[in-house]
Amino acid sequence: MALQEAPFRGILLASMHHAMPQLVRDTGDRGTTFRAGGDWIVQTLSVRGRIDALQAEANADHVAPEQASWDLSGITRIDHLGAQFFWNLWGRRRPARLTLGRGQEAFFDRLHHLGDLRVPEAPRQHFAWVIALGIGLFGFLDHVIGFIRLIGQLVLDIVRLLRNPRRGPWTEISAGVFHAGAQALGITALVGFLIGVVLSYLSSQQLRLFGADIYIVNILGLSIIRELGPLLAAILVAGRSGSAITAQLGVMRVTEELDALLVMGIPHGFRLILPRVLALGLAMPLVVVWTDAMALVGGMVSAKITLGLSYSFFIDTLPNVVKPANIWIGVCKGGVFGMLIGLTACHYGLRIEPNTSSLGQGTTASVVTAITIVILADAVFAILFKNVGI
Amino acid sequence: MDENVIEIRGLWTVYGDAVVHRDLDLDVRRGEILSIVGGSGTGKTTLIRQMIGLERPTRGTVRIFGEMMDTADVSHLAAIRNRWGMLFQQGALFSALTVFENIALPLQEMRTLPEDIIADLVMLKLDMVRLSPGDAHKMPADLSGGMIKRVALARALALEPELLFLDEPTAGLDPESCESFVSLIRALHKALGLTIVMVTHDLDTLFELTSRVAVLADQHVIAAAPVKEVIGIPHPFIKQFFLGERGQRAMEVLREYPFIV
Repeated sequence: MALQEAPFRGILLASMHHAMPQLVRDTGDRGTTFRAGGDWIVQTLSVRGRIDALQAEANADHVAPEQASWDLSGITRIDHLGAQFFWNLWGRRRPARLTLGRGQEAFFDRLHHLGDLRVPEAPRQHFAWVIALGIGLFGFLDHVIGFIRLIGQLVLDIVRLLRNPRRGPWTEISAGVFHAGAQALGITALVGFLIGVVLSYLSSQQLRLFGADIYIVNILGLSIIRELGPLLAAILVAGRSGSAITAQLGVMRVTEELDALLVMGIPHGFRLILPRVLALGLAMPLVVVWTDAMALVGGMVSAKITLGLSYSFFIDTLPNVVKPANIWIGVCKGGVFGMLIGLTACHYGLRIEPNTSSLGQGTTASVVTAITIVILADAVFAILFKNVGI
Repeated sequence: MDENVIEIRGLWTVYGDAVVHRDLDLDVRRGEILSIVGGSGTGKTTLIRQMIGLERPTRGTVRIFGEMMDTADVSHLAAIRNRWGMLFQQGALFSALTVFENIALPLQEMRTLPEDIIADLVMLKLDMVRLSPGDAHKMPADLSGGMIKRVALARALALEPELLFLDEPTAGLDPESCESFVSLIRALHKALGLTIVMVTHDLDTLFELTSRVAVLADQHVIAAAPVKEVIGIPHPFIKQFFLGERGQRAMEVLREYPFIV
């Protein structure tokens, strides 16, 4: 009973040059004999359904395959996949009655020599959840300690910079301001403007119910300048620059550039971390002012359309209802947020291990943590300055 | 089947103004170990990358297993690709996967082979490159340079290729692991009947393994012949490469293994 050529799906082209593997069963007086022919190689055996069909053929009459006689001398070509298939069929040992063709001996010798080598089980751990909890806890502690150490190092580096400002990494700082600040103007303007429009539109709907239209200026001015502007800018910069810094430092770890710097006696803190953190600390306040302005313009345009408030009225009223202290709070927030984002990005960047998945995880963790820390810091600001400027 | 596994005819490689290969011809015969040597910048690695279709020559044809590389259609090309393996210079192991998963990947990609046979084959390949089963769960980052090459070789052999490309197989290995890697390649070549094309700078490796050397100089193959014949050719590069001090030292090996050449 030969396996008929069925219209198999899969690599038909590959089969043009090869003979399909065949397994013929003879049931005679002296027991069952299997005769194999064709090519038993990866290209022919990997056709969908082929291995299952051959396996079914070998197991068709309730005789264990290793009890039968086997004649493989008809096989034109065999490789380790083919040999392994027979070997597994025979229960991982040589059947008593086996005829091999030329050159096939070596394959089965190799399998015989290999013995019953199985993939070792990955060591199983009891109380896995306790261990996971412990690892998580210590990992968190490790992060906290590392972060505090990073802040300490940054302070020392700033002192070093102040003592000898001429040797500071000014080129890197200015490049950082350009990347994190100037290149972020487009996206922060767009997002700020749209948020301003949405906020103004929704608020004006409510205010109109009470006839309190003109308070739109108070609501927009205070919320944008004090809260939304800095927060929006921080989230965008964390996504743009935070991820870039982490990935950059991570790749430097992978390519051993970080080690090369240390060997040359160039400390990471002064050359890599300080310029990035300072650049973000400088650029962020500027980005915040820009975002504020754009959001207010958006709100103003929307207020003009929905409530009919004139631009001149909006601009005249704004300084009277929003105290200057709010602007300072917003700008300070920007600076602090920027430095926090820079520190978080550097912290994760330096911890990346030299493999691709660590790079991905580290960058994600960096952005998520940076945004979380920014929001926490925002809450602290809200409590500290609850009596200022309102 | 014809004797030549690879036939390169009239190949030109031009990057901008720089001509790397000019009208280059090269044949690789079935069952041989061909080494490509040449000074730096003569496009040895580029030539290998063109053979396996990672790069396209500016002009000329590359034929592998009688198939034209640039006119073969996609499904056909996929079938041919399974007939060769490539060992990259740095190993190019997938750093996110374990040793076991790295070797199993090409087999699993066929999507038709049962998992238990794949596991058996991976263990067989590990044993072939003389690694222990205990290494199966290690990550590439935890391996030494020699082990990375071995795992990469096992992965290159996963689909039972007839043709194996080696890019600087012994670069970056210490002399001891270099020697054992060379003997491993020699044993596998003999056991599996492979055709091997390799790029190497290492004269020891060259003398111990090669059946023919193709010398790249002056933008084409100036000689493709057994080492003994190539050494006799009066060309400045060949003189400097084989008969310099480094070459003399490596020639000692020739006296120890005269049967190779």
